[in-house]
Amino acid sequence: MKEVTITIDNTKHSVAKGLTVLDAARQVGIDIPSLCFMKLHDINIENKPGGCRICVVEVKGRKNLVPSCCTEVEDGMEIQTHSMRVINARRTVMELILSDHPAECLTCAKAGDCELQVVADRLGIRELHYEGEKTHLPKGNSPAISRDPNKCILCRRCEMMCNEVQTVGCLGAVNRGFHSVVTPAFGNDLINSVCTFCGQCVAVCPTGALTEIDESAKVVRALNDPTKTVIVQTAPAVRAALGEEFGNEPGTLVTGKMVAALRRLGFHYVFDTDFAADLTIMEEGTELLRRLKGYLAGDTSVKLPILTSCCPAWVNFFEHQFPDMRDIPSTARSPQQMFGAIAKTYFADLLKIERKDLVVVSIMPCLAKKYERARPEFQQNGNPDVDVVLSTRELARLIKLCNIDLNQLPDEEFDQPLGESTGAGVLFGTTGGVIEAAVRTAYEIHTGKELPKLEFEELRGMEGLREATIDFDGLDLKIGIAHGLGNARRMLEDIRSGKSHFHAIEIMSCPGGCIGGGGQPYHHGHVEILKKRQLALYKEDGSKKIRKSHENPYIVSLYKNFLGAPMSNLAHLLLHTHYFDKKY
Amino acid sequence: MENTIIKFAMGTCGIASGTQDILNLFDKELSRLNYPASLVKTGCMGHCYAEPTISITLPGKDAVYFGNVNEERARDIIDHFLLKGDHTEGIIPPEGDFSRKQLKIALRNCGEIDPENIQEYIDREGYKALMKCLTKKPEKVIAEIKDSGLRGRGGGGFSTGLKWEITRKSKSDVKYVVCNADEGDPGAFMDRSVLEGDPHSVIEAMIICGYSIGSNNGLVYIRAEYPLAISRLKTALNQAREQGFLGENILHSGFSFDIEIRYGAGAFVCGEETALIHSMEGMRGEPTFKPPYPSVSGYMGKPTCVNNVETLANIATIIRNGAEWFSSIGTATSKGTKVFALAGKIKRTGLIEVPMGTTLREIIFEIGGGIKGIKKFKAAQTGGPSGGCLSEQYLDTPIDYEHLLEAGSMMGSGGMIVLDEDDCMVSMAKFYLEFSIDESCGKCAPCRLGNKRLHEMLVKITDGKGTMADLQKIKDLSVVIKDTSLCGLGQTSPNPVLSTLNQFHDEYVAHIEERNCSAHQCKELIHYVILPDKCTGCTVCFRNCPVEAIYGDKGEVHSILDHQCIKCGICLSKCKFNAIIIN
Repeated sequence: MKEVTITIDNTKHSVAKGLTVLDAARQVGIDIPSLCFMKLHDINIENKPGGCRICVVEVKGRKNLVPSCCTEVEDGMEIQTHSMRVINARRTVMELILSDHPAECLTCAKAGDCELQVVADRLGIRELHYEGEKTHLPKGNSPAISRDPNKCILCRRCEMMCNEVQTVGCLGAVNRGFHSVVTPAFGNDLINSVCTFCGQCVAVCPTGALTEIDESAKVVRALNDPTKTVIVQTAPAVRAALGEEFGNEPGTLVTGKMVAALRRLGFHYVFDTDFAADLTIMEEGTELLRRLKGYLAGDTSVKLPILTSCCPAWVNFFEHQFPDMRDIPSTARSPQQMFGAIAKTYFADLLKIERKDLVVVSIMPCLAKKYERARPEFQQNGNPDVDVVLSTRELARLIKLCNIDLNQLPDEEFDQPLGESTGAGVLFGTTGGVIEAAVRTAYEIHTGKELPKLEFEELRGMEGLREATIDFDGLDLKIGIAHGLGNARRMLEDIRSGKSHFHAIEIMSCPGGCIGGGGQPYHHGHVEILKKRQLALYKEDGSKKIRKSHENPYIVSLYKNFLGAPMSNLAHLLLHTHYFDKKY
Repeated sequence: MENTIIKFAMGTCGIASGTQDILNLFDKELSRLNYPASLVKTGCMGHCYAEPTISITLPGKDAVYFGNVNEERARDIIDHFLLKGDHTEGIIPPEGDFSRKQLKIALRNCGEIDPENIQEYIDREGYKALMKCLTKKPEKVIAEIKDSGLRGRGGGGFSTGLKWEITRKSKSDVKYVVCNADEGDPGAFMDRSVLEGDPHSVIEAMIICGYSIGSNNGLVYIRAEYPLAISRLKTALNQAREQGFLGENILHSGFSFDIEIRYGAGAFVCGEETALIHSMEGMRGEPTFKPPYPSVSGYMGKPTCVNNVETLANIATIIRNGAEWFSSIGTATSKGTKVFALAGKIKRTGLIEVPMGTTLREIIFEIGGGIKGIKKFKAAQTGGPSGGCLSEQYLDTPIDYEHLLEAGSMMGSGGMIVLDEDDCMVSMAKFYLEFSIDESCGKCAPCRLGNKRLHEMLVKITDGKGTMADLQKIKDLSVVIKDTSLCGLGQTSPNPVLSTLNQFHDEYVAHIEERNCSAHQCKELIHYVILPDKCTGCTVCFRNCPVEAIYGDKGEVHSILDHQCIKCGICLSKCKFNAIIIN
């Protein structure tokens, strides 16, 4: 790699050519503050509009200060990162930003997690010398995401995520100058837009301008209602991230402590969405094999590839953007909705209580799940299969509200019968996991043989688009994996144009899969956090005694005692769904 | 016998002032009289102060210009000048002050030819430069432009030849030539006039640029509010294609080039080249940080050479007459001429072109004929919202890129607004800042918020609520906005404030400490008062006041309720007894 010599703050350094001044400085231990800049290394996500001007530095020979985030190092460059001129400019710009920011820090949903506050504090802002008109725009709500444009600092991270990474095209800046605002088209609410509620805008927002809709009060109310039986399911990715909210290293698994905390919060039964993930594999895997068989037998009415359907933002995406292709994804409901449907029928019957007296709460890494649970097709007579969805962040707040120190709790086990899961189920939380879980089951059912090795390394990783060919005893099963909706779009366009050669494709909306979901603890631009969460899930899978969904004894008994067989009539009624044309 | 040629200045401004009616009248009358004349629609002749303007060339004679040609004067011209050969009112003297100091290179054909007739352009050596270039090596053409010393006329003043050279050296399968016709400074209309009056000069230059840098694609980015310029440009493009100057294998040279038009929605910031490119790409018109410069990575990520209309209008003449000729005009660092849109409190407003190095005094007092009425010159505003004001002390400064910068202003694209003692300099700064606030794209914080806060402090001062501490804050903030903004808009937007603060400091202080606006423009600082000894109680003021702020019985002395008065000034203008004054 070519190197250049630069002088930063009077010290010479050799750094790689092509680096930005910001990256180069950080490599040599000079942490220039930045605000709008965000870079998730290795997964091609970068936001550097050069808009906030907080990271400006002085470069000898340049007339003006330059933003270090978008200035490349040059040989012989002399850089000052903390001259009087730089510090004064940085502080002044920060004061300007704060002069148009509501002083609601104490009650802000982002309190303690706000990057604006962190940088303002670093710059030692104690007084605002400039004041004047403030932006005063109405807030926007939706089933999942709350927008407060008055707290927006126009870093444009959300816009970059929504347009470049996800290619959803919902959020964009409109108007000019002081009146610039990031909004869905025509100032509509998110619900009346192409928003998929993937929540990636929330995941990257540095301030409280984009946050989740907090529904923890509903849970507290249900838990305090003596007429209700309240049960909870926890998605696989939650256990790999919740610990971060309590000071643990990223990648710390807190499954047992999470179960203990939920029990202490007062939930009557603590179940696992992983159980429903195993159920999903049974249904989706069976559907895959049926479609594959038909296809191989020459049935032209059968469509391949089959696409996974467990990610609700992905479902929204193709309903909005590719409604003509809505017969391609699997009809299997997501694990959350399968759990809800089983809980309010099978489990309510076991408890001999009425559906209306059972409250199903989900803990999800996701914001789109809030939207999904409210879809009309997942309700019976106005009673939803899932009553409330809390994100990982909301759960952490609820635990703190109830004075529980997660770290001091003992590890506890999930309740039965909806708490037993396999290693396959836990993989649902990461990109590549659903398809790996499906392959484990489909292989054994299709070939009638036992898999020699359960880990499919070729399906793992963080590349946005991946592919692998699995030998199904002579049949080459071609598998595609996409995470991030922009990558999903590429997959879909290939299918539409006939270029796709896959039999099955796994799609997850969020970069990294559910571990990087919009409801997870904020990563603040550190991609290694996502990688550590991913490793944690693989570790959990490896530690499980049973690692194939079809071997989950409670799944076997659920089919035996209730559903009959995968894709039976009852399974269709409770575990499958249909999609809508939502094209604008 | 040759026909008499009568030309009608029909740029947008000429048409707006009624030149079409005058042309119709000439057409009708001369047909009736069977008078042999060719009537030609041209672009702007530059005499904004005397529209409608026409020129008449009798066979074998020089052209005679007539200004303020209304119906009556038109009939007079026909009856006396054309039919009898007598002297007629309204003649603009050809060697008058307005023309003498001017040198027309970019405007060489404006007002002289029919922009919708390519033959007239060709007859005046049009497309000869292109033919010459096509026989030369591209590097030679670039060297000629570099040697000429031509610098960008859009405001930046970067060497045009160097820009071409960098774009030529950028390796790519596709490159673009972009003509920046997104003229947006308040009071500026140079580019519009060139495109309306001589579109081929721009087209020819774009083809030459394409040949030089190795591009086959030209784009004109023009604001959609310039419909006449667009329609004439379209006509010119079609005619150039028909004649083989545009399209495949131009003049059998093997070189192909064509030009498309892209419309802008009138955002000032889209004159900044990266914002312009984003707008053409269908994105929000916002600048991005340079480098990379468009000459390396521009439209669709390809090397793109962006040149302003006026810059391009110089090219063909440079090629025809040589770099040496061009560089003999102007000053040491600024070669050639500059077009200015001369406006404001001046006798002769107009579109003028002067050699670089001409002084402000020559422009204002000779070409412009000095200040209107009996008022005193106060300042000249150049460079629009990015520029500054030049007070009397700079009247003898030679105008070129460097001197204007030194004086705290800038060349900008060539707007020049002359101010007299009735203009308040604080309000002037406020006006330009308001413009910058409206036109800021909002992307970077110092421009989006800093200009807003600056403006609010200026409002405080013009409202009589300012403090001396505000002045220091204004200065400090201005420096940071200039130092940290993303693009040229923010980097220059505080200039009108800093330059007025620098040159008219006392006026700011008077607003703050004495609550006094000597130009009587700051409404919060002035009070209308009725002088009891002069008021006759005629009730005219009382009856005309739109907000019932005046009371008094007929025959009695009237009074004004200051808190109700909106300072509209109607009473003052209506009072026949000079009984109302501004305090």
